[in-house]
Amino acid sequence: MAKTELRSVKTGFSRVEALPIIIVYAALIGTFMITAPGTFLKPRIYQAFLSTIPPPLILALGLTLIVTAGEIDLSFPAIITFSGFVYAFLFSRTGMTWIPFILAIASGIVVGFVNGILVAKVGMPSIIATLGAQFFWSGLTVILSGGLAWNIRAIREEFIHKFFTARLGGYFPAQALWAFAVAVILWFILNRHRFGEHTLFIGDNMSVAQVMGVNVQRMKIKLFTLMGGLSAFAAILLTLEMSTYWTTQGSGYLLIVMASVFIGGTSIFGGEGTIAGTVFGAFIVGSIEAGIVASGLGGFWTRLVVGLVLIIAVSLNIFITKRGSGEANIRKSVFIKGLRKEASEDE
Amino acid sequence: MKKDYDHVVRMENIHKHFGKVVALKGVNFEVGGNEVIGLIGDNGAGKSTMVKILTGVYAPTYGKMYIRDEEVDFRQYSVQAAHRYGIETVYQERSLGEKQPLWRNFFVGRQITNRLGFINTRKEKEVSQHIMLDLIGFRGAGITVESRVRVLSGGERQGIAIGRAMHFDADLIVLDEPTVALSLKEIRKVLNFIQKIKNSNRSCVYISHTISHVYEVSDRFVVIDRGEIVANIKKADVSLQDLDDFLLKYATGKETGA
Repeated sequence: MAKTELRSVKTGFSRVEALPIIIVYAALIGTFMITAPGTFLKPRIYQAFLSTIPPPLILALGLTLIVTAGEIDLSFPAIITFSGFVYAFLFSRTGMTWIPFILAIASGIVVGFVNGILVAKVGMPSIIATLGAQFFWSGLTVILSGGLAWNIRAIREEFIHKFFTARLGGYFPAQALWAFAVAVILWFILNRHRFGEHTLFIGDNMSVAQVMGVNVQRMKIKLFTLMGGLSAFAAILLTLEMSTYWTTQGSGYLLIVMASVFIGGTSIFGGEGTIAGTVFGAFIVGSIEAGIVASGLGGFWTRLVVGLVLIIAVSLNIFITKRGSGEANIRKSVFIKGLRKEASEDE
Repeated sequence: MKKDYDHVVRMENIHKHFGKVVALKGVNFEVGGNEVIGLIGDNGAGKSTMVKILTGVYAPTYGKMYIRDEEVDFRQYSVQAAHRYGIETVYQERSLGEKQPLWRNFFVGRQITNRLGFINTRKEKEVSQHIMLDLIGFRGAGITVESRVRVLSGGERQGIAIGRAMHFDADLIVLDEPTVALSLKEIRKVLNFIQKIKNSNRSCVYISHTISHVYEVSDRFVVIDRGEIVANIKKADVSLQDLDDFLLKYATGKETGA
C-alpha cells in the first residue's frame, strides 16, 4: 500500500531532458527546410554547423555548470584569445604541437583559477571578477601579440590538426565528436557525480550546501578552473580549424554562448542546469544565422531572431516546468483529497 | 543499549569572538546520553553560535569541547567530522535544497559513490525510500523520492531532515528552531519527530522560542543570555508555569536592569 503511494508521479513524457528545447530546435530546422530547401535539405550545411558550433558549444557546456552553481563567467572570450595566442605563438616559434597544447590548456586553467580565487576567497561577485578578467586577459593578449594576426597554416600538416579537426570519412568534422564527448562527460558529472550534486546545491542554496558539508569555496575555485580549461580547449579547436590566429577571436562569443545556455533551459537563479538543453541551445543559436541568410532574409535579421528564440524558449520552459511535469499540481490535488478524507474521518 | 560515555558532548569554557563582538563568553554545556535539552534564549543570545561550534561550522576562539568524553581537536573539526562523530543538525530553513529531489537531499555531502565519485543513484533512491517509509513513517500523499523539496509543507521538510539525521545514526540531533513559520498541525508533526528521536535512544538539543513546546519535549532546560549560560533546570524541578514566569522575569528584569 505504502509502496504504491510513493510511486513516481512523473509521466514518461516529461522525463526526457530538455524536451521543450528539442521541440524548438526541430521546429526551427523544420522551418528552414521549408524556407530554404536548397540549403537545409542538403548535408553540406550540417557539416558546416558541426565544424563551427563545437567551440561555442564547449564554452556553453562549461558555462552551464557555472550558472548551475549560481555564478556567471564573462571572461571566456578573453581565454579564447589568450590561450589561442599562447598556442599560435608557441607553435610558430618552436614548431612543436603537443607541448604548446598542454601549455595553452594550462594558460586557460590559470585564468580560471584566478577567477575562482577572486570569487571564492576574495569574495568578489563573479560578474565583476570575470568582467575584470575579460578586460585584463584580452588586453594582455593584445599587448603580447602586438595586435597582429598569426598565420599558422603549417599546422595543417601536423597530426594534432587531424586529431582534433579532421573530416572523418571525408565529411564529419572531428571537433564535433570532441564537443559531444565533453557534453557526455559533463552530463555524467552534473547528474551522476558528487561534483555535480555539490554544484547543484551551491546554486540552490549556498548555506544548505555549507551545513551539509560541501566545501563551497573550494568547489567554486574548481568550477572556474574547469571553465578556464574548457575555454582553452575551445580556443585550440578554433585556432586549429582556422589555422590562423587573430586577436579578436572569441569576441563574438560572449552573447551567443550565454544565449545558448539560457535557451537550453538552465536557470539564471542556479540550482538547476541541463547539459542536453545547452547542446540544443548551442545548435539553435549556431543555426539561426545560416538559416536566415539561406532563407533570403539577410544577415541583419539574425540578432532579432536569436532574441525572439531566446524569449520563446525560456517562456516555453517556464510554462512546461510549471504545468507540463505537473508534479506540484498532482501533489496539490492529492493533498486536497487527503485533507477532504481526513476531514470526513473526523466527522 | 548502554552508552559507554557520560556525555555525548560537553563544552568547557567556550569563547567565540567575531572581531570585537563577543558572542560567547565562557560557555559550559553538556548533553547526556538519550537526553533532550531545551536551549532557550533571546535572539542574539548566542544559541546559534553555540550550535554552529557544536556542529563544526565555526571553530571557537578558545575553549574545549569533548565528544563522548574525548577532546575535540578544532583544527580537524568540520561539518563532515561532526557527521562522522554522529552529530546532525536540522536548521529552520537551511537544511534542504529546494529545487533538488528528496533523494539528493538525503545524501548530499555523503553520497554513496564508486571510487571515482560517481553516485549510485539506484542505491541512494532505495535507501531514501526506506528512510521515508520506515524511519519517519511518511504517509505523504503524492510524495516520492523524486519529488522536489519545494512541493513539501514546512513540517514535512523538517521530517525529511530529521529522518536524514536518524538514518545516519546520529547520537545527537540538533534542531535549530525547526517550528518557525509552521502551522499548529505541522508543529505537532515536528514534536512527534522529536519523540521518535528520544524513543530511539538518541540525544537532542532543541532550540525554540515557544516555551510550551520546549517544555513538552525536553528533559532539561538551558537558558543562555548575552553569551553566558544563566540557568540550567531539570524538568522535574519546574512546572511550565514556573519556567515561563522565570523567563518572563528574566526578560523584564534585564530590561529594567539595563
